[in-house]
Amino acid sequence: MLKLEKRPQPSRAWTYLTPVLAVVVTMLAGGALFAMLGNDPVEAIRTIFWEPLFGEFASYYRPQLLVKAGPLILIAIGLSLGFRAGIWNIGAEGQYIIGAITGAAVGLAFYPVDLWVIFPLMILAGALGGWVWAMIPGLLKVRFGTNEILVSLMLVYVAEQLLAKMALGLLRNPEGRGFPGSRNLQQYPAAHNAEIITGTGMHWGVVAAFIAVIFAYVLLSRHILGHQIQLAGQAPRAARFAGVNPARLTLICLGLSGALAGMAGMFEVSGPAGQISIDFNVGYGFTAIIVAFLGRLHPVGIALAGLLMALTYIGGEIAELNLSLPAAAIQMFQGMLLFFLLAVDVLTNYRVRLRTAEVA
Amino acid sequence: MTGALLTISGLTKAYPGVVANDDVSFDIREGEVHALLGENGAGKSTLVKMIYGLVRPDSGEMQLRGAPFAPAEPRAARAAGVAMVFQHFSLFDAMSVAENIALGMEKPPRLRDLAHRIREVSETYGLPLDPYRTVGGLSAGERQRVEIIRCLLQDPRLLIMDEPTSVLTPQEVDILFQTLRKLTAEGVAILYISHKLEEIRALCDRATILRHGRNVGTCVPSQTTARAMAEMMVGASFAAPARAPHATGAVALDVTGLSMPAPDAFGTALRNIHLQLHEGEILGVGGVAGNGQDELLAALSGERRSTGDAIRLRGRPIGRLGPNARRDLGLLTAPEERLGHAAAPEMSLTENVLLTAARRQNLVSHGFLRWPAARRFAGQVITAFDVRTPGPETAARALSGGNLQKFVIGREVLQQPGILIVNQPTWGVDAAAAAAIRQALLDLAANGTAILCISQDLDELIEISDRFAALNEGRLSEAHATRDLSLEEIGLMMGGAHGMEVAHA
Repeated sequence: MLKLEKRPQPSRAWTYLTPVLAVVVTMLAGGALFAMLGNDPVEAIRTIFWEPLFGEFASYYRPQLLVKAGPLILIAIGLSLGFRAGIWNIGAEGQYIIGAITGAAVGLAFYPVDLWVIFPLMILAGALGGWVWAMIPGLLKVRFGTNEILVSLMLVYVAEQLLAKMALGLLRNPEGRGFPGSRNLQQYPAAHNAEIITGTGMHWGVVAAFIAVIFAYVLLSRHILGHQIQLAGQAPRAARFAGVNPARLTLICLGLSGALAGMAGMFEVSGPAGQISIDFNVGYGFTAIIVAFLGRLHPVGIALAGLLMALTYIGGEIAELNLSLPAAAIQMFQGMLLFFLLAVDVLTNYRVRLRTAEVA
Repeated sequence: MTGALLTISGLTKAYPGVVANDDVSFDIREGEVHALLGENGAGKSTLVKMIYGLVRPDSGEMQLRGAPFAPAEPRAARAAGVAMVFQHFSLFDAMSVAENIALGMEKPPRLRDLAHRIREVSETYGLPLDPYRTVGGLSAGERQRVEIIRCLLQDPRLLIMDEPTSVLTPQEVDILFQTLRKLTAEGVAILYISHKLEEIRALCDRATILRHGRNVGTCVPSQTTARAMAEMMVGASFAAPARAPHATGAVALDVTGLSMPAPDAFGTALRNIHLQLHEGEILGVGGVAGNGQDELLAALSGERRSTGDAIRLRGRPIGRLGPNARRDLGLLTAPEERLGHAAAPEMSLTENVLLTAARRQNLVSHGFLRWPAARRFAGQVITAFDVRTPGPETAARALSGGNLQKFVIGREVLQQPGILIVNQPTWGVDAAAAAAIRQALLDLAANGTAILCISQDLDELIEISDRFAALNEGRLSEAHATRDLSLEEIGLMMGGAHGMEVAHA
């Protein structure tokens, strides 16, 4: 008989091992899933994890890794701060969209002026847009006690409507012959978030993501605010006793995660995506939730998890193309990752004991 | 007194890393009140859990009236005539007394018949209780009566009671004792767990004392002193707290007309509280649990704000200030609930000192944490208060209750507070550690700190407090010099028997 026994302290070793174990178990279960769909499981797993890095067309896929990981990491870092404090911003996708709209709008407003200050202004505008969008659930929670999970999630759909409206109306390319979508910012040098080193996929958003990782690491391990964030999440009553103002913390955490998500949106629209279009958002804001948890809500873990998630995205696309695996199977594969992570998480706080069944 | 009802021989139960019960043997006779004594962690609860079928012993056996007794689950124990009143009640606030009792029954009778039987039992044993009242509105003493009646309805031969008097006023304790004596007169045996030695001397026929899981002796409490029993529990002699006579000074904390609504549906509102706390004195605040203790602490600590003028610190209004602003002014607090309120369970002791000591001990500069300084301060608390732990990096939840309590109190005491508010400072702490904590409070007061000690342990308050006041339904009585008060008067200040006096008339 298996028996779970609570550990006196969370195991440090398992804290680091569980994500690895979750990846391995996901590979096994995912392989079984692909086998049931009639594919060679080994080939499918190899395609997802190996092909983008070392395959024949790796030189094309490798830059994509940073392009996809950048926004995931940037958003997940912001979310992780809130998650640690027990503040659940599920609407990063919406904040990402709004950041893209405000960032692009500032850039387009200057078109075709060429000034160095335009791009920094766009970054600010993007962060501000995401921040404002996150302040809506924040203020409603602080003022009226609404649930931030619901409000932030619903605002994603509002943001999507707003995005469509912008792509078709206010921000539509006046020279676009009536097609929906804004001007392409890639063709506007002052506003273009170009690759910093050609061929690496490294754009300013990736730089921002890694700065955010370092910032979050220092905040959580060295700063009193980081301590308060963790305290509020683990023991809310103790946090109030320690003088933490829950309303202030809610606004800080939601604000930070909103601003980072907004920035990610801005970097995306001015770089890899290029323009505001109806289908601009591809779910980074939601995937970042998985990234945050896969990374143990730890900044370095999130950086690694973001890269891993980007890998499965790219590898998944290759598998769709080469092995004609259905897109849904790839999404399920990614979902399994979070599922197994949460499941094996038990090992951090409990130890499994094998016991011979007792005679009742 | 007749023969043995329950014979326990060689019971042993080991958990990983600790032997909770090591070859424990004794017997409980029919019609006796048998006390089970021991410090926290001595193995009392493991032992009663084995008797009640919650835990299975590794070895050893029990005999109930001569027949082998090895209950696999509480249901089997209850069927054999063993009932237990737990320290923490398992009652649903929103349901009536009868509904609550029906929930615990295998085959509950119709509610009307049950209510009838509840009335019968409650009248027989002097435990008045209206079966149709909602539990949420009952006092702690009344809730305990629900639990006792629930047990009595099973016609038990052995009744186990875990710290039954911790929630009662002295008058309610008297009533409970009368009930227990009625039961023993009918031949029911009672296994009585308590820390209160004087109570055991008054009530119990025999006492078995556990230390580190072993039975270290059985005695007749009425022929033994409380001190001798305490030393058997600890295994060594220890010094009782000594009070140095000293004068009290100016008013440090002045509370006038403090009223606050209840924080939630089952909390207590504070009603027009007046108190003056002087430098160098210990003001004891007694009262039955749930009469506003937590709420008073939250109002004084700054976790809940009041009007500015309601609380003055050396003349300065502080009612609107938060906990950290009050700490800056020298007002420190130690709440009752150790895990989750006074300390964060998952955090290390080093991280936990930051909760209250961050600013006063200079553990933060420009918002950045000074980890070495925090570790040093945690180490100081551990050394000064003899906290048994591998080190300051241990998670708070890994400490035993008594050790964590020493840490929580020590964290505030070492910060040299001008005013210290503590709630249940020695709750669940063994006798030696409790003596050390009380001594620390007395020493602090001797050096001029004004101390407000909220406690449900009357012996403690009588031992250390200069003046005594009682909380009853959110009202604070006037404070009187403790040495002028009799136990009777203290009981009346605490609200008397809450209308139970008629019970044994």
